[in-house]
Amino acid sequence: MLCCICKEKEATVHLTQIAGDKMQKVDLCEDCAKTKGVNDPTGFSLADLLLGLGASQEIEQAAGGAEIKCARCGFTHADFKKAGRLGCPECYTTFSEALDGLLKTMHKGTRHVGKVPETLRKTRDLSDRLKLLQKKLGKAIEDEDFEQAAIFRDEIKQVTARLATSSVT
Amino acid sequence: MDIHAFLTPPAESARRKGPYDRIVMSSRVRLARNLREASFPGWAKKPERVRVLELIRPAIEALPDMKDAFSEAMDSLSTLDKQILVERHLISREHAAKSAGSGLVLNRDETFCVMINEEDHLRMQALRPGLQLRQAWTAIDQADSNLEKKLEFAFSPELGYLTACPTNIGTGIRVSAMLHLPGLVLAEQINPIIQSVNKLGLAVRGLYGEGTEALGNVFQVSNQMTLGESESAIVERLEKVLGQIIEHEENARGTLLEKKAKMVYNHIGRAYGILANAHSISSKETMNLLSLMRLGVDVGLFPGVDRALVDELFILTQPAHLQKQHSEKLSAEERDLLRADMVRERLRHVSRPIAKPPPPQSPELDKTEK
Repeated sequence: MLCCICKEKEATVHLTQIAGDKMQKVDLCEDCAKTKGVNDPTGFSLADLLLGLGASQEIEQAAGGAEIKCARCGFTHADFKKAGRLGCPECYTTFSEALDGLLKTMHKGTRHVGKVPETLRKTRDLSDRLKLLQKKLGKAIEDEDFEQAAIFRDEIKQVTARLATSSVT
Repeated sequence: MDIHAFLTPPAESARRKGPYDRIVMSSRVRLARNLREASFPGWAKKPERVRVLELIRPAIEALPDMKDAFSEAMDSLSTLDKQILVERHLISREHAAKSAGSGLVLNRDETFCVMINEEDHLRMQALRPGLQLRQAWTAIDQADSNLEKKLEFAFSPELGYLTACPTNIGTGIRVSAMLHLPGLVLAEQINPIIQSVNKLGLAVRGLYGEGTEALGNVFQVSNQMTLGESESAIVERLEKVLGQIIEHEENARGTLLEKKAKMVYNHIGRAYGILANAHSISSKETMNLLSLMRLGVDVGLFPGVDRALVDELFILTQPAHLQKQHSEKLSAEERDLLRADMVRERLRHVSRPIAKPPPPQSPELDKTEK
């Protein structure tokens, strides 16, 4: 029997739930069972798993029953469950734990790939450059190449100054 | 400003041409953006929504692409106006339900349309006739880069652009095309196609987007995932899949004409018969029959008839467009009568389909247009 979620691997976890007068069965492979958090059969709803990809369950788990509230906009975890939308950009930090699993089931990856606003891109490039220079400076000092070290030091000064002005704007 | 004076007349917009437009009716790329320091529209109170609108609207109007644009707050548009914009696929049904604190900016040639305070602070879309996803992406990318000089968008290095709904997070992009697929429907191949497209992580929806029916054999195909894949990779993937769907549709048409020509002619002939002679017809039936007539034009059963005639009727026969042509408020039954009158009148000079079409045109002809 194949896993009813990935439909690839052999199902080894078999669950049956009786709700009212209806019986539901789910057959999962070990990996899917793990990602869906099905290690405690009493603590999850089959309907959830079948219909909502375990979305509400993941949220529930992360929240641990406690009411989380966004400090900036006052949006609560219950609001999220009801609307399926968040309150403000800050909510992504507030509810990050709950969102983690949700994003994993929804998207291809969990880290952004693609366009970055130009101001941030510049800052990022500069800080990358800074890190590289500091490394080079360390190496030069180690090698007692003080002529090179002086050049790196001056450049670090310049980059630091540019970084400071670019993050202000 | 009057939206009706602004919108391109249906006769003209039905004549817009693009690559592969016998199957791909239009291409669209949408970006979702939000301001860093404001609550999302669905959660913000009215004063905050109004403040956001007042901040964003001038920034949009100032874009070079928005010269001579139509710009209006949603509460100053009538229900009918909004419905017309939905029927033109310029705004979503959700946005049509919005009033105070939401807005719309639409450029002169209807290729760039921005919804303010829909689900996100900004939903901007680039529209093109035919298959032109890359062009649409380039255009919207540029507009977005221009805007970020004036507005500070909510962005996280890990999660990308932050959106009200977690399903749009990351790139905030939705790349989509509207496809006319009567061949696949008649050949009963549409369901397996939809299923395999779904398996690739793409969504197939009806004529008006999420949760709508595929009226008139028109389907929207779009990406679903927005996090973990770059914009250009998504555009490329869509292009590839659309290319395959186009091929399947052409093949289905070819096979049908070869093996089940009578069935196809029968459908098209009956569609013409009803459209040209009915005295009462619903919007849904009209769409479905016009789709068959469009197919008839494509396969050469209506020599001398331009596809634009059918495409114009696609627009004009929809409820709000029909209502707009009459000053008094029409009931659904009255609309059905007037719709039938209009279609009969328009088809008065269209001869019935010929019994046997000229030898089928190879799909290559269409490709050379590109």
